Amino acid sequence: MTNTYRYLPDTKQDQEEMLKFLNISSVEELFEDIPSEIRLKGELDIPNADSEPVLLKKMSQLAARNKNANDYPTFLGAGTYDHYIPSVVDHMISRSEFYTAYTPYQPEISQGELQAIFEFQTMVCELTGMDAANSSMYDGFTSLAEAASLAVASAKKRSKVLVSNGVHPESRAVLQTVARGQEYTVEEVSLSSDVTDLDQLKAQIAEDTAAVIVQYPNFFGSVEDLAEIKQIAEEKGALLIVSSNPLALALLQSPGKLGADIVIGDMQPLGIPMSFGGPHCGYFAVKQKFIRKIPGRIVGQTQDEKGKRGFVLTLQAREQHIRRDKASSNICSNQALNALASSICMTALGKQGIREMAMQNIEKADYMAKVLQRKGFIVMNKSAFFNEFVVELPRPVKEVNSKLLEAGFIGGYDLGIDYGYENQMLIAVTEQRSKEEIDQFAVALEAVVNG
Amino acid sequence: MTNKTANLLYSKEHEWVLSLEENRVRIGISEYAQKQLGDIVFVENPEVDDEITANESMGTIESVKAVSDIFSPVSGVVVRVNEELEDSPALINEQPYEEGWLVEVELSDPGELESLLNEDEYKAFINEGEE
Amino acid sequence: MAEYNHLIFEVSRPGRVGYSLPKSDVESVNLEDKFPKHLIRDEAAGLPEVAELDLVRHYTALSNKNHGIDNGFYPLGSCTMKYNPKVNEVVARLAGFSRIHPYQPTETVQGALELMYNLQEELAVITGMDAVTLQPSAGAQGEWTGLMMVRAYHEQKGETRKKVLVPDSAHGTNPASASVAGYKTVTIPSNENGLVDLEELKKHVDKDTAALMLTNPNTLGLFEKEITEIAAVVHEAGGLLYYDGANSNAILGKTTPGDMGFDVVHLNLHKTFTGPHGGGGPGSGPVGVKEVLLPYLPVPRVEKDGDKFLLNSNYPLSIGRVKGYYGNFGINVRAYSYIRTMGPVGLREVSEGAVLHANYLRKRLDPYFESPYPQICKHEFVLSGSRQKKLGVRTLDMAKRLLDFGYHPPTIYFPLNVEECLMIEPTETESKETMDAFADVMIQIAKEVEENPGVVLDAPHTTIIGRLDEVQAARQPIVRYIKEKEEEQVKDGVKA
Repeated sequence: MTNTYRYLPDTKQDQEEMLKFLNISSVEELFEDIPSEIRLKGELDIPNADSEPVLLKKMSQLAARNKNANDYPTFLGAGTYDHYIPSVVDHMISRSEFYTAYTPYQPEISQGELQAIFEFQTMVCELTGMDAANSSMYDGFTSLAEAASLAVASAKKRSKVLVSNGVHPESRAVLQTVARGQEYTVEEVSLSSDVTDLDQLKAQIAEDTAAVIVQYPNFFGSVEDLAEIKQIAEEKGALLIVSSNPLALALLQSPGKLGADIVIGDMQPLGIPMSFGGPHCGYFAVKQKFIRKIPGRIVGQTQDEKGKRGFVLTLQAREQHIRRDKASSNICSNQALNALASSICMTALGKQGIREMAMQNIEKADYMAKVLQRKGFIVMNKSAFFNEFVVELPRPVKEVNSKLLEAGFIGGYDLGIDYGYENQMLIAVTEQRSKEEIDQFAVALEAVVNG
Repeated sequence: MTNKTANLLYSKEHEWVLSLEENRVRIGISEYAQKQLGDIVFVENPEVDDEITANESMGTIESVKAVSDIFSPVSGVVVRVNEELEDSPALINEQPYEEGWLVEVELSDPGELESLLNEDEYKAFINEGEE
Repeated sequence: MAEYNHLIFEVSRPGRVGYSLPKSDVESVNLEDKFPKHLIRDEAAGLPEVAELDLVRHYTALSNKNHGIDNGFYPLGSCTMKYNPKVNEVVARLAGFSRIHPYQPTETVQGALELMYNLQEELAVITGMDAVTLQPSAGAQGEWTGLMMVRAYHEQKGETRKKVLVPDSAHGTNPASASVAGYKTVTIPSNENGLVDLEELKKHVDKDTAALMLTNPNTLGLFEKEITEIAAVVHEAGGLLYYDGANSNAILGKTTPGDMGFDVVHLNLHKTFTGPHGGGGPGSGPVGVKEVLLPYLPVPRVEKDGDKFLLNSNYPLSIGRVKGYYGNFGINVRAYSYIRTMGPVGLREVSEGAVLHANYLRKRLDPYFESPYPQICKHEFVLSGSRQKKLGVRTLDMAKRLLDFGYHPPTIYFPLNVEECLMIEPTETESKETMDAFADVMIQIAKEVEENPGVVLDAPHTTIIGRLDEVQAARQPIVRYIKEKEEEQVKDGVKA
């Protein structure tokens, strides 16, 4: 070994002392249990090491080849959004006591993480109107599939879930893969304009339906009427699973109050960078009766011998490391650091700020829609929408987007890809977009379609 | 074990069975089993009207860091469930033969009782395992 | 200064704010005009209200109640708690990586795609596989992804195999993943040397065997020497071999799962490739496959065409999506930065250091604890607290005693086939002095068990909180703060 690697502390002398203590002459002897026919003969065929300055330069160059939201105002949403992240968020999660720890198995030296998660669980419950939440999951998409699996596992003789076409296409894709593994059926419910077709839902729901899954606001930004959907689900004894943007819940009635049994989604809009789609942070909240069936890790409050309040990982008998092949979920890790980021963001925004931020999203999307309508564009949403909506264009979205890029904008999502809605663009407008940017975007869009 | 356990039958999975009336039994877990499990934090019982089968899992018992199947000692239909356990699973630790019972079952095959152990046989079975 | 012991909700004061948004510059909207009344929130969510400094003090206080690798030695077995390089954190935060949207046109994210492509290629070399997907979020999702591909492979051949074999020393995740992929798990007992019993294995491998899942080195830290024979047995019966990459830190540049005969492998980038662990996540669990499984990889796949990088979903036999977007990109950036920092020689030295350290520490502790498998180990090793148990002190007590000396304890009570197990993984990034100091403390604790067991049984003595009542937590779970309740308690207190 040489002393060229700053993460490897052994000096030649250290190494010699350890080898001597082990009564061997070289490290190679410690690898003699690996049969020679499967030993690598040379070094791994990957590029040589870079020094820190060279690495930084190369990585900066790679990063510079991506057009980022600092330089290009973005109107892309579709599940991942460009929102204000208070500076304190990244500053606090960069404390290495948080980010270099692992799962808090030893509560006596992990009270910080455990309490932070307990607070996160509380904030998720507050927003969703639910009784209990877990410590987070991989992302909103996997949370949705886990919720469907929970519903099927806890209902006897119900092996089908109904999922609205207004649910994010990637959520539905992940759900299909998961359902194939666990061998239950997924049926999609079609749309009536921009929301779930309730007549279709009534026609499809049956005694074998474990759950109805809808998104609120849905993929097109429209707000589904959960009260009506709950009624339809309840009549057949199916659970209501709601996938929800947590920022929208600052102003929309909580799914819990509207009868949801499980509420899931992604915390990305609250404190988590877009980061090319991950890591984000799924949340998972349930009504009391499902508390012992939640997947993933949960923190609970308790006390020590002296009666002092403390926090522990609890209800561990649910988890895969104990249940092994009887576990209903195999998930071990969570997204603790991103849950922490989200908690800190929600704390910074607070009761007032989250409402103000959500309101600005509504107002700016509403403003953009009106500006475009005045220019003759057709907005497809018939229901009220949160911070995104669908607009029809006279030309293919892909073509329009490359022109918008030349004008310095990242345009919206092409609904031709997943829905076959040719020439329809899903436009998101968050509080990050100024009136000026919106106006300029509208002008650019007009120029593109006319030009 | 006290005299009140003298009428009980036992399975090798450490459940006890008490005959209540014709074809109807009460099921619980033995003192030995509750000691092995430690502090019980939750019981997942079957529901009333569920059919259960001898030697198959009818529910689970959780302690802090373990979960164990409850293997039904008999076959039949569940007619009553000890709902107290929902809020007070500790009853199983405290009074496994009384307040800590699990379910009552209408037997579908009373003949199955003959294959269970009596108290002496069960004691001998436990001692064997301990050695 | 008094110890800070508040929940954020308890320091909240109505009217305080910790944010700054510009005033809205567009027309205001009346919610009642836009949304049906019953869909408008009737009660604000009870988020805290604090000023920015309150927030900073709160989370700083919490961080001070947490032990990470940067605080001290963290020999948590099977978790590879190695140093988390700071440059990786800088790189992942570059706006060109953190401020890009997953649905941007691919021509605007060529740098990100190139990074992913290169990482796939290099992980394929490191594991000896033909292709890698970066989509799975973590090890468990990687296992499930791999098994879903195994399932698709057998189904494509018109076979419905229902069994997955795992050794008794396997991580609990293996059987759980098998179960959610629709398989029944069959457990293979280890032999007296802690390795897979080849004869036992032969008894269980048959036409119904879809795959064998194996960790190599296994969770006892031992290399499965008969791996090529094991692979042959499974392959001859038409089954595939799954490699649980949790212990990859032992083999970098020395051998590969591909050379061992595995067909599919997941890596835990947050372990071997310095993630970091983040208090429990986010992780990243890429999966590599041999050619036989290529058609089944999740979509989209990141590919290179000339000098352009693209996303390709046109694979009809693919198992589909396992996660949204393209995986935990931010973690993959960090892992790539780490691999670039180490290069081929550095990575080999990582494993050599990890294995040397584990053997050194094992030998230092050997005389004082039962050592069920005294042969050379790889990157981690197990000890048994059975000798101490006879004196009335359990492994849990010794773990708690370690807290008094500022150490995070090893993994305890795992693997399940070792009584009173302590599973120790020092990693290559710790210095000899750190390991010596830890060994000295372990030896001191072993002596305390003999001479003064009370001090171990009552441990920890120096932490901010004592052993917590986990039974109460699980019996009557309180998993969220409820304001009304607290207020009622205060009121009741006043009344009383």
